[in-house]
Amino acid sequence: MSGHSTYQPKNRIVRWVEERLPIFSLMEGQFISFPTPKNLNYWWTFGMILSVMLVIQLVTGIVLVMHFTPHEDLAFASIEHIMRNVNYGWLIRYMHANGGAFFFLAVYIHIFRGLYYGSYKSPREILWILGVIIYLLMMATGFMGYVLPWGQMSFWAATVITNLFSAIPFVGEAVVTWLWGGFAVDNPTLQRFFSLHYLLPFAIAAVVALHVWALHVVGQNNPSGIEPKSTKDTVPFTPYATIKDSFVTVVFLLAYLWFVFYMPNYMGHADNYIPADPLKTPAHIVPEWYYLPFYAILRAIPDKLGGVVAMFAAIIVLFFLPWLDTSKVRSATYRPLFRLFFWILVAVCILLGWLGAKPAEGIYVTLARIGTAYYFAHFLIILPLLGLFEKPKPLPASISDAVLAKHGGAGAATEAVAAAEKRG
Amino acid sequence: MKHTVVSALTGIVAAVGLTIASAAVTPAAAAGGAHRPVEQWWSFAGPFGTYDRAQLQRGFKVFKEVCAGCHGLQFVAFRNLGEPGGPEFSEAEVKAIAAEYTVVDGPDAEGEMFEREAKPADLWPSPFANVEAAAAANGGAAPPDFSLLAKARAVERGFPWFVLDWFTTYQEAGPDYIYALLTGYEEAPDGVEVGDGLYYNPYFLGGTAIAMAPPIDDEMVDYTDGTPMTLEHYARDVTAFMMWAAEPKLEERKRIGMATMLYVLAFAGLLFVAKKKVWSDVDH
Repeated sequence: MSGHSTYQPKNRIVRWVEERLPIFSLMEGQFISFPTPKNLNYWWTFGMILSVMLVIQLVTGIVLVMHFTPHEDLAFASIEHIMRNVNYGWLIRYMHANGGAFFFLAVYIHIFRGLYYGSYKSPREILWILGVIIYLLMMATGFMGYVLPWGQMSFWAATVITNLFSAIPFVGEAVVTWLWGGFAVDNPTLQRFFSLHYLLPFAIAAVVALHVWALHVVGQNNPSGIEPKSTKDTVPFTPYATIKDSFVTVVFLLAYLWFVFYMPNYMGHADNYIPADPLKTPAHIVPEWYYLPFYAILRAIPDKLGGVVAMFAAIIVLFFLPWLDTSKVRSATYRPLFRLFFWILVAVCILLGWLGAKPAEGIYVTLARIGTAYYFAHFLIILPLLGLFEKPKPLPASISDAVLAKHGGAGAATEAVAAAEKRG
Repeated sequence: MKHTVVSALTGIVAAVGLTIASAAVTPAAAAGGAHRPVEQWWSFAGPFGTYDRAQLQRGFKVFKEVCAGCHGLQFVAFRNLGEPGGPEFSEAEVKAIAAEYTVVDGPDAEGEMFEREAKPADLWPSPFANVEAAAAANGGAAPPDFSLLAKARAVERGFPWFVLDWFTTYQEAGPDYIYALLTGYEEAPDGVEVGDGLYYNPYFLGGTAIAMAPPIDDEMVDYTDGTPMTLEHYARDVTAFMMWAAEPKLEERKRIGMATMLYVLAFAGLLFVAKKKVWSDVDH
C-alpha cells in the first residue's frame, strides 16, 4: 500500500535532484499515485481540513508573536495593541482564536469517524495511537494558548488546571510549584506557557508527519471497512482525493470564516476581556468548549484525586481502544448493535459537554456521574462484550461490490448482497 | 419599516424562546442578574452592521460629560476618534478634544516629569492615578475601564439561544446588558436589603445592588441634533460608543468579511463542479 512510485522524471534538473534525494518520487508516490479507496465518503476529508487548520494556526501564531509580549503587566495590553494598532491585527488574532476552536471541531469529527468505521483496528493501531498523541498535544497547546491573553478566564483556568496536579499523592504540591515556577500562577507561568505554546505546534506537526506516514503504510480504511482487493477498488489520490478534499476544506473554511468575521467572540468568554486579577475569582470558571466533557468528568467524581485520574483515564482509554474492541468487523455499517451504542456515546459526550458548562450542583452532578460511568462502560464493558455477542451483517466481497450494492440499482444490489451472503 | 420587521421578528423569537426557557428546568439562581436584558436593535449588529456616526458622536458626548469623571478609556487614543469606522470627528475636532486634557510626559532634559496638553496620538488619560485611588474615591469599588466593557459583560445565553446565535450572528450581549443596566434602576422590592451606598438594579450581574448610583437621567446632556434628551437615548448612545471603543475595527471586519465570504463561496462552487467532473467516471 505504501505506493512505491514508478515515477521517472523527464526534466533533467528534476532527474539530477532525484538521483541524489528521491524527494520527487516520494511526493509522487504519497500524494499523486497513492491508491485511495474509491468509496470514501465526505467524513474522510477531515485529514486535509486538519492539515490546513494546523497551517493556519502556525502562520497566524507566528505573526501574532511578532506583536505579543508575554509578560503579566503587558500581555493583555499587547493583545489590545494587536487588535487596534497592528494592520489587520484583529483579523490575525480572531483567525487564531477561532482557528483553535475549529481545529478541535475538525479533530472531533475525525476521531468520531474513526470510531464509527473502526479505523483503529489492525493493522491501524499505531496510526490510531499517533492520532491520540496528536489530540493530547493539541489539548496542551490549546490550554496554554488560552492563558496567554492574561484575562480573567486565562488566569483562573490556568489556576484550576495546574492545581489538578496537586492531587498527586506526596509530590503533588512540589509538582505544582515546579509547573508554576513559583508559588502561584504568575509571570513565570505565563512565560513558560508562551514558550511551550510556541514549541508544541511543531511537535504536533512532527507527529502529524508520523501519522501520515503510518497511514500511507497501511492505507486508508473506508466505509465498508474491508481492504481494497484490486486496483478496481481504488483511485489515485490525485486528482480524486485532492479535488474532493479541497472542496470540503473550502466549505469548512466558510463556516470558520463566518465565525471569524461575524461572531469572533462567540467561542470566547466575556470575562477574558477583563485583565487577570489574582484577587477576584470569577463566579464560574469554565474552560473552552472543547474541554467541557473532560471538565464534567473531572467534577463528577467527588474525590479530587479520583476526578483527576478519571479525567486523564478518559483519554488514556483511547490508547487501548484497538484491543478493547473485540469485533473483527470494522465498519459500523455492518454492526447494527455497535452503531446504536456509537450514537449513544456521541449523545453522552455532548451531554457531558453541556454539563461541563453548568455549575457542579444538584441534578447536573448526578447526570455527569451517569454520563461518566457510561463513557467508561462503553469502552471497558460494551465494546469488549459486543464483539463476542453481536452478529454482524454479511460483508461485501470487495469495495466495488459494496459500491454496487449501494448504487447499482435494485438488481445489482440484490445480486451483490446474495453473493455476499453466499460467501458468508 | 425595517426596524418594525426586526422588532416583530425579535418579539416572536423572544416569545418562543421564553416559552421554551420556562418549560425547561429553571436554572439555579445565579449571583445577581435577576432580570435578563431585553435584546435591543443595534445598527452594528448582523453581517451588514455599521456604526451610526451621529450616535457615536452623541455617545461620546455622554461619555465625556457624564461617565469620564470616574471611568477610564485606557486603550483608546484621541486619534481613534477621527479614524474611519468610528465617530469620525474631523482632524480639528480631534485636536480640540485632546487639547481639553492634560497628560504627564517626560522626563525632560532636567529629568523632571511635566504636564502638557494632550495630542491626538496620546491615549485617553485615566481619571484616577491608580486603581486604589479609583476605589477609594468610589466607596471601595473601582469603576471599570470602558475600553473593553462592551465585550467584557454578557449574560449567559442558555439553550436554545446559543445554537440559534450561530445563524443570527448575535454578538450584542454586552451592549444589551449595558443598556439594560443603565435603564434598569428601580426601587428595591419589599424584602430585598440594599446595603449602604448601594443601589438596587435587577440587571446587575454582580449581585442585586450596584455601587454605581444611577449615572444619567433625562435632560442631563445637551443634544444639538434634535435627538430626544431622555435616559433611554443617552443609554443607547453611550452603549453604542462603548461598543465602538471595544471593537473599533468592526466595520472593516464586516466589510472584508463579506467580500471574503463571497469569494470563498464562489471558489467552493468551482471546486464542487470540478469534483463532480473528476469523479464522473468512477462509480463510488
